Amino acid sequence: MATDTSVDLRTRLQNWLPKLVLAPSFALVLIFVYGFIVFTIYLSFTDSRMLPSYGLVGWENYSKLFRIREWDVAITNLAIFASLYIVICTVIGLLLAIFLDQKIRGEGVLRPIFLYPMALSFIVTGTAWKWFLDPGIGIENTMHLWGWESFEFNWIKDRNMAIYTIVIAAVWQTSGFVMAMFLAGLRGIDTEILKAAQMDGASNWQMYRRIIIPQLRPAFLSAFVILCHLAIKSYDLVIALTGGGPGNATAVPATFMYSYTFTRNQMGIGASSAVIMLMTIAAIMVPYLYAELREKK
Amino acid sequence: MRSFFKTKTAIVLALSATVGTASADGHSGVEVLHWWTSGGEAAALNVLKEDLSGQGVGWTDMPVAGGGGSDAMTVLRARVTAGDPPTAVQMLGFAIQDWAGEGALADLNTLAAEQNWDEVVPAALQGFSKFEGNWVAAPVNVHSTNWVWANSAIMAELGLTEAPSDWDGFVAAMQAAQDAGYVGLAHGGQAWQDATVFDSMAMGVGGPQFYQAAFIDLDPDALGGAQMIEAFQRMETLRGFVDDNFSGRDWNLASAMVANDEALFQIMGDWAKGEFINAGQTAGEEFQCFRVPGTEGTVTFNSDQFAMFEVSDAVAMDAQMTMASSVMSPEFQVAFNTVKGSVPARTDISDAEFDACGQLGMAQLAEAAAGGGLFGSMAHGHANNPSVQNAMYDVITAHFNGEYDAETAAAELVTAVELAK
Repeated sequence: MATDTSVDLRTRLQNWLPKLVLAPSFALVLIFVYGFIVFTIYLSFTDSRMLPSYGLVGWENYSKLFRIREWDVAITNLAIFASLYIVICTVIGLLLAIFLDQKIRGEGVLRPIFLYPMALSFIVTGTAWKWFLDPGIGIENTMHLWGWESFEFNWIKDRNMAIYTIVIAAVWQTSGFVMAMFLAGLRGIDTEILKAAQMDGASNWQMYRRIIIPQLRPAFLSAFVILCHLAIKSYDLVIALTGGGPGNATAVPATFMYSYTFTRNQMGIGASSAVIMLMTIAAIMVPYLYAELREKK
Repeated sequence: MRSFFKTKTAIVLALSATVGTASADGHSGVEVLHWWTSGGEAAALNVLKEDLSGQGVGWTDMPVAGGGGSDAMTVLRARVTAGDPPTAVQMLGFAIQDWAGEGALADLNTLAAEQNWDEVVPAALQGFSKFEGNWVAAPVNVHSTNWVWANSAIMAELGLTEAPSDWDGFVAAMQAAQDAGYVGLAHGGQAWQDATVFDSMAMGVGGPQFYQAAFIDLDPDALGGAQMIEAFQRMETLRGFVDDNFSGRDWNLASAMVANDEALFQIMGDWAKGEFINAGQTAGEEFQCFRVPGTEGTVTFNSDQFAMFEVSDAVAMDAQMTMASSVMSPEFQVAFNTVKGSVPARTDISDAEFDACGQLGMAQLAEAAAGGGLFGSMAHGHANNPSVQNAMYDVITAHFNGEYDAETAAAELVTAVELAK
């Protein structure tokens, strides 16, 4: 009888313990993530300017938002930046992973070298690349000093090209990380299948195209989702690299949101732009999560 | 062992309790939020700190780095929302009005009446220090923003014996400099710097009435009118004298170009003087200052002020009043402004201790204040609230970087202001 209750208590404790341990963090996340999301959505329908205020104004902030030219610029920039960033990072990451997967010597040394940029913050990357790209002190100046007088690389000062310099810096930062994800995926592929294919006389190219890359589908999906949200929330890199300039040529939704909410005293419009950003991420994440959860069943 | 541990804990608890209460109600000092973190600025602030400690008022420093103070304002918002505002906060223009509108600022009327602030502070400045007729802030300085800083050596080399007196002369001087291999106009391509220059262009084209109508009254006819288009055209002319590598450059690097004999002129507020002085130069000798041609007789200004937040207990209020009184004392105004490069916020102070540019600035400020030519600078948030100011920034900087022609820019200005109002 005594042993029965103790076993009973123990199992009950075992059942409860995970919930107890998780409860505080669950509550915190509930309030400070989801609570504030709801608060932001609410603010986007109010007349808040410097401080939150609770007079409802309907869709006014959204209609204003889409009439502001800078928001168009920000959205266009995000489209250019995100598509180039995701595609280039994925391609470079995959190629690097495939090369590293050739059982080459010194892989242990090379892997961290490629992965290391990810350890730097975007602020550091931005500042360093700002110097590289600055025609007065960076690459262009160096080439001139070495005697290549006609060399010209002033994209960062060019209104139409500046957004591409941000892509360069961002790709440099993240492609190593994407490589690591693909490398893990490659290592997870069953070698028996590859051996069988080899015996059937498949060439290397065929093996990659028909067998290996299709099997990397989960890695592709993870890479896509991570790159997507990195692109949408990109703020620090832009601020460090160009400060949104020249003019406001490199403004992105995140810099727009910060500036309207915190420096322009138009919190309502800032909140509505944040909601739009959240919706964009949700449009990508929800189908992904749905697919992931279905697969498990 | 155990009893020792117990006593120790008890002592620690008792100590922390006393410390806790001491800081809760014995607040015999001021906590000051500001963004004066650079060498010269910090030195200027020290003058105030020492003055206060002489009167037995402690100083808790709360610096938040970042020119223009937008980061400081973010911190302030968090503090006020949490119900724990600092005693005094460095603030610019409309921010003071916004905070006063939220009912967060203390009333300085008694002190102001005692010390006669109404008489000695120019009316245009009072417009920012007062909210609905009540004093809520103590002005520290007046920066005027329509200055040209010129390199004397280059001017001599080009045969320019005196400052250009009109727009054409100004353009001709920059052209001559460019032909001689110098940069005509040193400029940093940041939105606020573009706007600082634009302030002077608009004032130069349209004069005080136009400035008032466009930037302060936000009259759409003035914002999109012919004079605004001409002001934008002058910006295009200036763009032709700026070097290619200007975008994103900090203002002090542009000042350094003038100081280092690389560029002839810079259009910038009088904080630029600090850079020349730091480089060991003297006003009137190595560098010169004059008003942007066309804006003589008018002064566009911004003014740093200490806004006093409402505090509840009497000791803290005493300290706060002592600080406000010190800020307005002639000794502090002289000591601070000779270091900072600006001019005093009172017009009744002797200019004996100021350099040539400082004396010129003080005389012109008094003249402009008397003749109705003193206007809050649009570029520095003293003509309208931050949302309108930034909306104008967007258009001006986009135009300066070649996105619009002058007509489109003027039209965009009307739309942008309408959306931001």
